[in-house]
Amino acid sequence: MWRDAALIAGKDLRIEARSRVATNQVAPFAIIVLVLFGFALEPDRSFLQTAAPGLFWVAVLFCSLLAVQRSFAVEAADAAGDGLRMSGLDPAGIFLGKAAAVALELAALEALLTIGIVVFYSTALTGAALLLATAAVATIGLAACGTLYGVLAAGLRVRETLLPLLILPVVAPVLIGATRAWEVALGQSLDDGWKWVTLLAVFAVVYVTLGVLAFGTLLEEA
Amino acid sequence: MTRTERSPAKTGTGNRTTRLLGAGALVASAGVLYFGLVTTPADEVQGDLVRLIYIHPAVSTMAFVAFGVTALASLLYLYPRTRSWRWDRLAGASGEVGVVFCALSLATGSIWGRPAWGVWWTWDARLTLTALLCALFVGYLALRRTGGGAESRAIRSAVAGVLFAVVVPIDHFATEWWRTLHQGDTLATLHPKIHGSQLWTMLLSFIAFGLIYAWLMFHRTRLEQLESRLENEGLAYALAARRAEGAPSEPESGPETAPVSGPEAAAVSGSASGESTEAAASAGLQS
Repeated sequence: MWRDAALIAGKDLRIEARSRVATNQVAPFAIIVLVLFGFALEPDRSFLQTAAPGLFWVAVLFCSLLAVQRSFAVEAADAAGDGLRMSGLDPAGIFLGKAAAVALELAALEALLTIGIVVFYSTALTGAALLLATAAVATIGLAACGTLYGVLAAGLRVRETLLPLLILPVVAPVLIGATRAWEVALGQSLDDGWKWVTLLAVFAVVYVTLGVLAFGTLLEEA
Repeated sequence: MTRTERSPAKTGTGNRTTRLLGAGALVASAGVLYFGLVTTPADEVQGDLVRLIYIHPAVSTMAFVAFGVTALASLLYLYPRTRSWRWDRLAGASGEVGVVFCALSLATGSIWGRPAWGVWWTWDARLTLTALLCALFVGYLALRRTGGGAESRAIRSAVAGVLFAVVVPIDHFATEWWRTLHQGDTLATLHPKIHGSQLWTMLLSFIAFGLIYAWLMFHRTRLEQLESRLENEGLAYALAARRAEGAPSEPESGPETAPVSGPEAAAVSGSASGESTEAAASAGLQS
């Protein structure tokens, strides 16, 4: 299972590295979202500073939609999905590999977005341990959940419009939890940040488990 | 794959049970209306606003019951030993009725909140959770309407239905922790003491909406059954009708004698693009 996962993750990441869709399209999109928030909200720095954690994670959610759609669009082209089904790889491994690739892409985007909020919103980064722990578990949760819903909608003609409707309400706890934890880390709230990390970790564990269990069935139907 | 397809004898969705249920629901609703609007007293603090407790709690509860039934039926569909189209239909019907009840619950809650709290909406934990659930199940219904093979659609939506059962507890904790941080649970503090007649009327409202739920479910599952019959047999029916048109001199090879073998027809509509089959069938039936 782990070898299969590494194979699939390597394949997806190689496709991204060669096609440069992530670097040439998704990354600029993420930055544009940050700039648009600046336009929409009061460009008064203190307000943007307060809102920075929430805006950061909303931008991450949007990017995760694109990453998931991309992850399954490459399987839809040239009947690559059929090849994947007939490859004999463990479906759980395929799931973990695809989710890992999405997670790594998201992690890179989050690094970029962090620079973005430092530059555009003058955010002073504090509480590095909590920031990183939150980002890690939230990213794993988003990637696992996104991949599971991605295959659920894969192969449908309406998948581009259906996917956001399915995923966004489901990842609402991630948005809430990650935003609150970051607020604590950045010194904007006196809540217990690690409580939120626990919730995010539960979310991640639940979706990784469900994905490992259900991916095979869904892949057959896709 | 066990396929327990049974064609109903007639094409309507009502029978003696549904008529009884419908009559019961009507009587109970009339009782709630009478007791709720006429005999029960107005509240000292809230005045006539309190009368919304004869609708809102029952509707909200039914929404949660409906979503629970969807999750349970989805699980039963996915479990190989109990896999049956019945569970798929039940899950779909309950999801649909649940969304209606959930929307009603949000609407009546807003109508109460505006005069009581001064706002249509507040980011209360329970409100947020209900709104999230509504959005989740709207997505579920969209997933059910995506076309494609019947089996594939059933499996996809069953997995989605089971996923919701997992999502809801997480959503619950997220919204609960998020809001209790800022303010107390608004709803809990606003429950006044309930008089005897108010309590009975409220209980009656639960019965009334329970009956309405059951009545809607009977009709909706039967409708799903008829829809899948149209999907499976519609094409054969339309073909037979066209053939009969082409050869008017031959004895009527009527639609009644059309080949109506469920599994084979389903296999056809499953492998071919389901959408075009369905479109052709309905076009054929209309003309």
